[in-house]
Order: sequence, then structure tokens, then C-alpha cells
Amino acid sequence: MIDKQTSDLLEVVSRVNEGDTVAIGGFGGAGSPNMLIDALIKNKNAKNLVIVTNNAGQKEEGIAALLKAGKVRKIICSFPRMKDSWVFEDLYRKGEIELELVPQGNMAERLRASGAGIGAFFTPTGYGTALAEGKETREIDGVNYVLEYPIRVDVALIKAAVADRYGNLTYKKTARNFGPVMAMAAKTTIAEVSEVVEAGQLDPECVVTPGIYVNVFIKV
Amino acid sequence: MNTEDRSMLAARIAGDIPEGAYVNLGIGMPTLVANHLGEGDKEVILHTENGVLGRWIDAPEGEQDPDLVNAGKVPIKLLPGAAIFHHADSFAMMRGGHLDICVLGAFQVACNGDLANWHTGDPDAIPAVGGAMDLAIGAKQTFVMMDHVDRDGRPKIVPQLTYPPTGLGCVTRIYTNYGTFETCSDGNKVRALFVNPAVSREEIVRSTAVEVDFSGI
Repeated sequence: MIDKQTSDLLEVVSRVNEGDTVAIGGFGGAGSPNMLIDALIKNKNAKNLVIVTNNAGQKEEGIAALLKAGKVRKIICSFPRMKDSWVFEDLYRKGEIELELVPQGNMAERLRASGAGIGAFFTPTGYGTALAEGKETREIDGVNYVLEYPIRVDVALIKAAVADRYGNLTYKKTARNFGPVMAMAAKTTIAEVSEVVEAGQLDPECVVTPGIYVNVFIKV
Repeated sequence: MNTEDRSMLAARIAGDIPEGAYVNLGIGMPTLVANHLGEGDKEVILHTENGVLGRWIDAPEGEQDPDLVNAGKVPIKLLPGAAIFHHADSFAMMRGGHLDICVLGAFQVACNGDLANWHTGDPDAIPAVGGAMDLAIGAKQTFVMMDHVDRDGRPKIVPQLTYPPTGLGCVTRIYTNYGTFETCSDGNKVRALFVNPAVSREEIVRSTAVEVDFSGI
């Protein structure tokens, strides 16, 4: 019988290894898998990580706590400069963290491409700007495009609302954000969910992330 | 710009947004446009980059949900008829040209429509781009909403950007406290579509670093 639910938070994050690229869902606090992040901080093997996430955390919670714990070598991010992002700011100014700044839509599409088996894609976003410097460009039908590559992800940590034992997921409102594309992109996807229902209780028409993209989930 | 001028500018932009338009309002001053979109029986659908189409209000006290926010991460309450989708779909909507209008703030706009609004170029600043570059090139029309001059009184409508660009040739219209202007793909000029009656043409000419063509009004 397939059952992707687990109850051991520390075991589940032990799937993150040194040097891994870890995609972490969330748009600010909305959809941030804080229980998984807190458990990841306790995982001694998780170091020299590359994290892929929209923001760089606030105060000393969630992603900011992960950065403060010295676990992260590099962050791939669209908007690290939020109010109260002092942990990131301090590390960045001291040269202790590498930043790859990516336009938000390019980040989403590079994750989607990774999960969808696309080798690279041409996007108009960023053409002629500092964030496209050194990248291949092409004019197609009179529009200028920049070549962007997928972001390969070892582990995704995401937050969803409801799961069944097959790992089918629904999300809550704007907590959905990057969850579905990160789940697609990662070799291993770990979800924290607020509710677990019997198989058949989720309307198949309303499943947002099908269980094929989810390896394991935990109710928090 | 004082609060009253901002509100008048927001109302002017809202008045130019047609019934049925799908519109993204950028973070900051452009969000004020929403306050004037509900006037009359005109229906406009808003888009927020973090995955909502519909209409919403700031969430009242007691109804705030940290999992329901707008692009500025402010808690919102959805009005009936909204749709929620993930980030790749949200940006496909922009990039794919499905949005009719996007309203953005700006540091500078060049008369050919080049936009600078993401970085001042200050080497000490923490760089952050968010959805600015996707928004700039995504909608069918990109409107800029800004002060006509910067804090030091220097023109923000310029022949060529001196700030780092966000997108090239993407701005179609510039709405300022002095008037409404159309960018031109050729020539060193903008075309005035509306002039604030409280501002003289001489003042506009003096405060704009390119030629202003008033022939259309």
C-alpha cells in the first residue's frame, strides 16, 4: 500500500545532504514551510547548501534562521531585500553568502523547465539589463530573448494545505505560489501539510500537485 | 507629490483603464489606482504576481490570513469571482501578453520607453528585482506612474537612462503630476496627451529632458 505520510520530522529532513540545492516554497511568509526549515537547521549533514527561494527571510525566523545557522553557501532569489531581512544583509555585506539574483518569473519558469524536462528556454524578461549580462540572446520574430537554463533541485521543501496518502496536494490561497513548480523540479519533494484526508476525499478535479511529484509529507 | 496630488493622479490613470481590462498594479504608489477603479459600474480585474486574478480589499482586522497576501505581502480579502494559480502560471500570464495594462513606479523613463525602476546603481545597495523585469515587458501596455521630477528637481523623463534598465522600449505611457505623456519609438520626444491645468507648458518643458510635443491636445 502506498502511504507517503511520515511523522518523523528529523528523519524526513535527513534526506538533505551536504552541498544539495534545496528549493524552499513561500512568498514572504505565505506558504513558507517553517516546520521543515526548523528541522533542517537541526540536520548536521545539511551544510554548504544552495537554496532557491523568493525572499531571504525576515527577522530570525524560517529562512533567516537557516541562513543564521551558517547552512547556506548560495541563495538563488528574486527579492532578498525585505524589511527585517537583516540576517541576509549582514552575511551578504560580509561576503559570506553568494547571491544569484533572478527575475521572479524567470525563477518560476526555470523551476518549471527543470521539472518539465526542458533543456533551456528563451525569455524576453531581463533582455538588455544587468541580469542578462553574458547570457546568450536571440531575436525571434522581431523580439529579443535571453537564454535561461533550468534550476536543478535536489530537495524541495514546500507547504500545502491538504494531502491524501498518495501525496496528492491542495494548497491554501496564495500559499500555493512556488509550491507546484518546486515539487516538479526536485528529485525529492517534502511537503508539510495541515490536514490529511482519506484517499478519495480530495476531488480529483481540484488536486493541484499530483502525488507523482511528492515523495513524502508530514502533518504539522 | 502630496497625498491629494497622488490621489488625483491615481484617479486619472483609473479613468483611462477600460471596462473588462486585466491589470497589474505595481507595489507602492500604483496600488492607489485600485481605490478609483470601483467607481461607476466599471469592472476591472486585478492581477497580483503571487497568483491571484480578481478584486480584493485590504483584509479587515480579525480577517487577516498570513497565507493570503498581495504582491506587497499585505494581507488581503478576496471579493467574489477570484482565481488562484501558481507562480509559473502567474508569470506566464504576464510574459504571454495576456494582461492588458501594468502600472509601475519608476526612477527614470527614456522617451523611447526604456524603464529604470529596480536599482539605483548604488554599489552598496542590496540588489533585489522581484517581478519588476517580468512586469515591465509583460503587459500589452506598461504605464508608469511617477513624480515628474526627482527630489532634487531633476527631470525623470530623459533622452537615455542613466540608471540601470529594467526593460527596454516597454513603457507606452507616462503619468505624472504634470500630465500624461506617450513615449515615441523614434525621435527625442514624448507626446503630451493631457496637461495638468495647474502646471504651465513652460514648466513642463523646463522639467522634461526631451522635447514635449503638445500638438495632440
